[in-house]
Amino acid sequence: MSRIVGIDLGTTNSLVAYVDDRTGLPVVIPDAQGRRLLPSVVAFTPDGILVGEAARRQLARRPADTVYSVKRLMGRGWEDVKAELRYLPFRVVPGDGVVKLAVGGREVTPPEVSASVLKALKERAEAHFGEPIDQAVVTVPAYFNDSQRQATKDAGRIAGLDVVRIVNEPTAASLAYGLHRLGQGVIAVYDLGGGTFDISVLRVKDGIFEVLATHGDTHLGGDDFDRVLVLWLLEDVQARHHAELDRDCVDLARDNEAMQELRLAAEAAKIRLSSEERTTLTIPFAGFTYRRDITRADVERLIEPLVTKTLGPCRQALADAGLAPADIDQVVLVGGSTRVPLVRRRVQALFGRAPHSQLDPDEVVALGAAVQAGILAGGITDMLLLDVTPLSLGIETLGGIVSVLIARNTTIPTSAREMFTTSVDGQTVVDMHVVQGERELAKDNRSLARFELRGIDPMPAGMPKIEVTFLIDANGILQVHAKEQRTGKAASIEVKPTYGLSEADVERMVEESFTYAEADVETRLLIETRNEADTVLTHVDRALRQAGPLLGAGERQAIEAAAAALREARAGEDRDRIRERTTDLNRATEHLAEAMMDAALRGALGTRRADELMTPGGTRGDLPSSSG
Amino acid sequence: MNDFFQVFGLERRLGIDAAALQRRFYELSRQWHPDFHQTAPPAEQARALEASARVNAAYRALRDPLARVEYLVRLEEGRDTKEGAAVKPQAPPELLAEMFEIQEALEAVRAEAEAGNLAAAAGASLAAQRQALVDRQADTEARIVGPLSRAWDTAAADARPAALAALRQALATRAYLRTVIDDLGAALGEGHEEEHVAHRRD
Repeated sequence: MSRIVGIDLGTTNSLVAYVDDRTGLPVVIPDAQGRRLLPSVVAFTPDGILVGEAARRQLARRPADTVYSVKRLMGRGWEDVKAELRYLPFRVVPGDGVVKLAVGGREVTPPEVSASVLKALKERAEAHFGEPIDQAVVTVPAYFNDSQRQATKDAGRIAGLDVVRIVNEPTAASLAYGLHRLGQGVIAVYDLGGGTFDISVLRVKDGIFEVLATHGDTHLGGDDFDRVLVLWLLEDVQARHHAELDRDCVDLARDNEAMQELRLAAEAAKIRLSSEERTTLTIPFAGFTYRRDITRADVERLIEPLVTKTLGPCRQALADAGLAPADIDQVVLVGGSTRVPLVRRRVQALFGRAPHSQLDPDEVVALGAAVQAGILAGGITDMLLLDVTPLSLGIETLGGIVSVLIARNTTIPTSAREMFTTSVDGQTVVDMHVVQGERELAKDNRSLARFELRGIDPMPAGMPKIEVTFLIDANGILQVHAKEQRTGKAASIEVKPTYGLSEADVERMVEESFTYAEADVETRLLIETRNEADTVLTHVDRALRQAGPLLGAGERQAIEAAAAALREARAGEDRDRIRERTTDLNRATEHLAEAMMDAALRGALGTRRADELMTPGGTRGDLPSSSG
Repeated sequence: MNDFFQVFGLERRLGIDAAALQRRFYELSRQWHPDFHQTAPPAEQARALEASARVNAAYRALRDPLARVEYLVRLEEGRDTKEGAAVKPQAPPELLAEMFEIQEALEAVRAEAEAGNLAAAAGASLAAQRQALVDRQADTEARIVGPLSRAWDTAAADARPAALAALRQALATRAYLRTVIDDLGAALGEGHEEEHVAHRRD
């Protein structure tokens, strides 16, 4: 039996974990540098694909070709996402059902981008075990619909991973807590990640984790906190610096790089304000440096409506489970966004008890995925997860009304049978439109697929009796089978997924994934070294523009010479040489940096060194980040 | 195929010990859940998947006393296919006149509301009527899961059709009351979509 790993494919960060045979406990697999979180960022460069930290570092420099938060686009159509596209720096275009991203000179689908992240985690695990890994349990938000789950499975296939099970993130978390004997009785798992929100209510008893109800919002998370913060800051920057902006004819909102700087700074400030009451934001823009104090109260005022938005689904999940808040024995927090104090206060107020967060909210889902992998591999036999389908499944009937076949919160796997017949004499094909959602009209729900029953023998209308079985498997994914009742022979069904990739699409992407391979180690290191050089060069140029008067002529010449030398080295492929010249330039600007720091402390200027400290995309001091 | 009672090794009776049913559900889940058959040959995996789906459907139909009655009626009438409305809503005969008045009042209020001037007095009167119906529905449900269910369980073979008819009649009344209560709620501006949908399918 080959090894199965557990993967948390997050909006912001992703992780891979496994259950240690000796201890029986799940552990996260770090990369060679000991980093546990892999930023879910993929950069498409002329030299190849960068994934993770290396890609994240160039978010602000190559915004158009660096993809983040792609999970929000998984299994979605153009109509679903077009409203939020103006906030994304990379180009998203309508495709055939699914959306596509136009990056790095070609078009890719969201599953292909996710596949790059999965591949990086697969390689991380393979390096750790020294053997090939080709099976994984991958987690998704509990409220993900069929298309979004299928897209996640497709991503696995493109990455060369057989996704043996899709597990819901909050339930995975409950497994990790359960293993540590921390979650017993009736528990509520509140999972607020980078892009999605889930609430799941479970009964944990005798090793059975029975989900009673789940609800959520697949478009609500830390990204949205960042967004309201960015819009607020944007207004403030424009108000305070309109003179500089007008002078340079800059429309900040349309400046991709500036908006990314703003977003990254806002995210970093949000994270700091979870532990501090107040922080200072310093953002270097071309031509001026923006600097202001921001308090936790400021952020709370802005995100308050978003936090409140999570409470409705919580109440609905409780109602669906037939429970009152007082019936909940324990509340567990999952996801990086639950570090926000306002979120904790609201959750505590709703359930009337202090929530648990003993297990790292960034890691607990991956740990649970590893536990589920252990169950499937046969190593863990005393635990069993009984999950539910989050959305009702139905078919469109006459007049566009939905006839529900499987109600939401039904334990999976589950199946429903329905009889179909013909309405016209001699009819040989019957169409079915399958939708997911809670609304009465088909058009208000999520269209999953159109099925065509074919090869029906010509008969008078109403004579053929075709029994169609709709089965939602343990992954929460729909399977459809049809049988002609008189003959008992299987009827042929053609499936047209509304927002999915066809079998042929996935095959082609598997092929292409070899063509557009991830940059090899040497190339990757070269790109990183060049990126670092670019960062320093950008900062030095800006500093020279802003703080030129603080320098003597000789010093200025020395800096310009060092910069020129670095530019020349950067054009070559010798990594060591680029690194040396970078160090030289840093050394040449030490005095400039100090002078600027002094000036900044007097409130006159932003400084290069301050820039480096305050820019999350900078090359030093990686900041902690929230998970998705 | 086994009916849902047989899945749990039970007779067709409505009095079921909830704790014992849950225990048995967990045992059957441990036996059939696909998680524990992941490494088995494909045919066995398919069998486990089907059995597990059956166990889950059976538990869902039997764990709630009202859903259990609906299932029993469907089963006895040979309509053991999909979940959903077991019986057509039917106005309780003893209430026909009253229901007629309510429907008329409802129409009037709707017309008023469309004209944009819902009189407060009419609203209050409707709210009172709605509350009366909610109470009546609670009574009906108590009757279904209480005396009517016990009557079925204790009926001799020849008395079963009558016991079943009484259950069906009560379910029809309940379904009817629910529609009227929802309509009144909507007219009074309490139309809460989620709630509405939840009612529609439990």
